[in-house]
Amino acid sequence: MILMLKQLGNKRIALGILIVCMLFYPFSVGYSSYFLTLFVITCIYVITSLSLNLLVGYGGQISVGQAGFLSVGSYSVAILSTKLGLPFLVVLPLAGIITALIGLLIGLPAVRLKGHFLAVATLGFGLSVPQIALKWDKLTGGFSGLSVTPSSLFASETQLFYFFVFLTVLIIWLINNIVKSSIGRAFIAIRDSEVAAQAIGINLSFYKTTMFVISSFFTGIAGGIYGYWVGFVSPNDFVITNSFLILAMIVVGGLASIPGSIIGALLFSIIPHFTDSYVGITNIVIGVAVVLIILFKPKGMVSMFNFKRNKSEKTKKNELLLKEEGNRGVNI
Amino acid sequence: MLTFNDVTVQFGGLTAVDNLSFEVPEGSIYSIIGPNGAGKTTVFNCISRFYTPAKGSIKFCGDEITKYKPHQIINIGIARSFQNVELFSKMTVLENLLTGLHPKLRKNIFAISLNLPTVKRSEEDSRKKAFEVMELLKITHLADEQVSNLSFGFQKMVDIGRAIMADPKLILLDEPVAGMNPIETEKISQLILNLKNEMNYTVLLIEHDMSLVMKVSDAVTVMNFGKKISEGTPKDIQNDPVVIEAYLGEVNLHAEVK
Repeated sequence: MILMLKQLGNKRIALGILIVCMLFYPFSVGYSSYFLTLFVITCIYVITSLSLNLLVGYGGQISVGQAGFLSVGSYSVAILSTKLGLPFLVVLPLAGIITALIGLLIGLPAVRLKGHFLAVATLGFGLSVPQIALKWDKLTGGFSGLSVTPSSLFASETQLFYFFVFLTVLIIWLINNIVKSSIGRAFIAIRDSEVAAQAIGINLSFYKTTMFVISSFFTGIAGGIYGYWVGFVSPNDFVITNSFLILAMIVVGGLASIPGSIIGALLFSIIPHFTDSYVGITNIVIGVAVVLIILFKPKGMVSMFNFKRNKSEKTKKNELLLKEEGNRGVNI
Repeated sequence: MLTFNDVTVQFGGLTAVDNLSFEVPEGSIYSIIGPNGAGKTTVFNCISRFYTPAKGSIKFCGDEITKYKPHQIINIGIARSFQNVELFSKMTVLENLLTGLHPKLRKNIFAISLNLPTVKRSEEDSRKKAFEVMELLKITHLADEQVSNLSFGFQKMVDIGRAIMADPKLILLDEPVAGMNPIETEKISQLILNLKNEMNYTVLLIEHDMSLVMKVSDAVTVMNFGKKISEGTPKDIQNDPVVIEAYLGEVNLHAEVK
């Protein structure tokens, strides 16, 4: 069993298995609408937890209002598609851009706020979005919600499903590139030492707002996916408990880890499927999971797998150098 | 190269640096020494622009630097290391050095998120540069080690390495050998001399370890209670009664044993 887990740690094999599973998923569940929805919701949470991890895990900026961005994204899709009649390929990116603009507004105070204060500010945002959606009925339809005009691009649910799965994989790749780049390193630098980050030329306010913009952009897209898949948005779709759930996903999965965010999102999207038939069990199970993980695996579930660092040429080079150094006897 | 002109720094009513003037000539190793609390690190923090002087001017190559923000200082060619090692503790040594290259890397978010060949190439170049610096510091074998696992001595090395990465003109070193044993101190002093002689950096050094200061410095300024009390070559300083008094207390010529 442990050997299997270790094997899964090999990124290529894990990725291959994952993609094959995703391709055959609709067949294996007999095109059941319920199971397809379960999968798409999981995808939405994968994207959202990745974006939140960018903010919390990598950048060290607490956000307890991520579900607010999901709401903004899903409402953008509903309003743009139904009220303005814009096509799918315009609406989805626009949903991301609108949410990113909101993220910019939230990110601006984050430049000055830290830790608990930032948490409270984002909490306020997460709480207020559903309220605004409820009260601003001219735009949002109030408590009765809004329907989303389905796209004519996709002939069947399965096609839409494959598109969203593809989009999710694409976003995982994009975020992976960002965190591995100089921008990603700047985020981590800010988290670990703001003084040193400034001294090496990292503009704190610029990067903190950038973090919020990137994070809310992808979350907005996830909200858009939700809108198109479910076909209906209402103020109760993404409330503050969803924000906490997403936060729990990245803590349980693993902070500052891309596989961690995916594992956490998978776990917490699938648990309700098994527990929802017993009233109230879902929250207990999730709560217990969080406590157990924090007690026994504080680095998240991802630390159970042996995810190796990118050990390609970099380490080979080092090992060669190590041998040379070994002869010279390096010690200080 | 770096000129302090009547710089005064105040925190509330406390004057941390009092009318300080000195000049660091290009291509030299200049040390600032003084008892604890003399205001040495405050001087560094003024240069890094974390503090703004209440009065006076700080010029670097003729350019007034008080107008810059902290993150712009590296771009005019001043890098620093920290007294209590401000490394990015969860990163590896390699990644820490790569962040030192931040101002020089391309940061187009679209190119980066698509991982375009231009990004890959600049990543590869910066990695090469990082290995060069590690070679210089002789820490290549630690490239993939997380810095929080390293000994203090190595962490200091990485801190200095990160400062060198951006190819600055002036390097500020804040107590590079604090808490090191004599062998480690010897290595660092060799490194500092290398920085000047082989790589043509100008070094401004704060240090308590007198053996290091005397060995590497071209000129020394002594501070006490925010004021400059003496300045000169290491030899002059050693024999200056004012300096001895600052370090050992007042010399009472009429002391009696009761």
